[in-house]
Amino acid sequence: MSEHLPLNQPRSKTDLFLSFTILALQGFGGVLAVVQRELVEKKRWMTREQFVEDWAVAQIMPGPNVVNLSLMIGGRYFGLPGALAGLAGMLTAPLVVVLLLAIAFGGVSDAAWAQGALRGMGAVSAGLIAAVGLKLISALRSNPMGMPVCIALAAASFVGVGVLRWPLAYVLVGTGLVACGWAYVQLAKQAALAGDRS
Amino acid sequence: MNPVLHLTSGDWLSLFNHFASLSLLAVGGAITTAPDMHRYLVDETHWLGEAQFTSSIALAQAAPGPNILFVALMGWNLGLNAGAGLGGGWMSVGLASLGVVVTMLGIMLPSSILTYTATRWAHQHRDKIGIRAFKSGMAPIVIALLLSTAWLLTLSHNQPTRDWPLYLLTGVTTLLVWRTKLHMLWLIGAGALLGALGWV
Repeated sequence: MSEHLPLNQPRSKTDLFLSFTILALQGFGGVLAVVQRELVEKKRWMTREQFVEDWAVAQIMPGPNVVNLSLMIGGRYFGLPGALAGLAGMLTAPLVVVLLLAIAFGGVSDAAWAQGALRGMGAVSAGLIAAVGLKLISALRSNPMGMPVCIALAAASFVGVGVLRWPLAYVLVGTGLVACGWAYVQLAKQAALAGDRS
Repeated sequence: MNPVLHLTSGDWLSLFNHFASLSLLAVGGAITTAPDMHRYLVDETHWLGEAQFTSSIALAQAAPGPNILFVALMGWNLGLNAGAGLGGGWMSVGLASLGVVVTMLGIMLPSSILTYTATRWAHQHRDKIGIRAFKSGMAPIVIALLLSTAWLLTLSHNQPTRDWPLYLLTGVTTLLVWRTKLHMLWLIGAGALLGALGWV
């Protein structure tokens, strides 16, 4: 796969701002799917593995997750100004668009065709999110816990949140503690082995 | 429309405080705190009407960009209520803009400061086993959360005899995005069109 080629970087804070603006303006029904495709597959600022790791942090921290992601990525390349550039890119243009829509179509949202369009777009955005999830599974191959354990943890979390509908926080703490603990043990073993060899 | 609201500077401050206090609770997206916003803005203070509340969420979901902008729309509508609607001219637009600034700063500032400082710290210590264990451990779980989100969104339409075309649309979209490089805007457009025509 193309993932072995060297990665690119944002050239400047302006590049960062414009890139996130363009991303955000394509993100109907959530920006995540576009972020994954643009940053990983097209611009190649990060690998799938890095994306999963960053996404994990962005989702666990409070606050809107794509906004957190823009703060993190911007901050990594250009410090606080970069974080603000990423954040501003993610929010400014979409804010203007949504306010213009509110002024123009404030009353339309009750119409049957508009409700129908929202239903259709909602179904598509569910598919976009599912596709991102499926794509990212391949990033687990390099996970220190090993693929079978990863799949078991993912399945348990899916059942907890999606089927049994337990509160997200309980599932995160429950499966999260087991997962991070197990990952710690595996990484410590690897480190010890590497230490023996050297 | 509602009679014009009179908001004191104390009211604006408590609006800010309310959203700021929700900010750090919004794990898994700000939409999870929407029920509490409803309690505060609609039930307790009556600063927003029921229809304004729901259309703020619907419009932000239909529009491009992060869904957090539903908070900005709530602030906007609240400010318009405090002016005299869009008929109130620049005064109303000014108050509506103030509403956007107050609600967005409230919901964003605490969580952003926390995320920025925490992730900077984590990046500086990224070689520590504890940090790597956290990222590796959470990776399969957040992937499962994405799949659960898609699953729950799909099942929110819960009448299979009526909703099967929606399920089909979700399934086809998943396959197309997973396996092809088709531009997502086409898919969103197709979904909107099919829905508007009443086919799904």
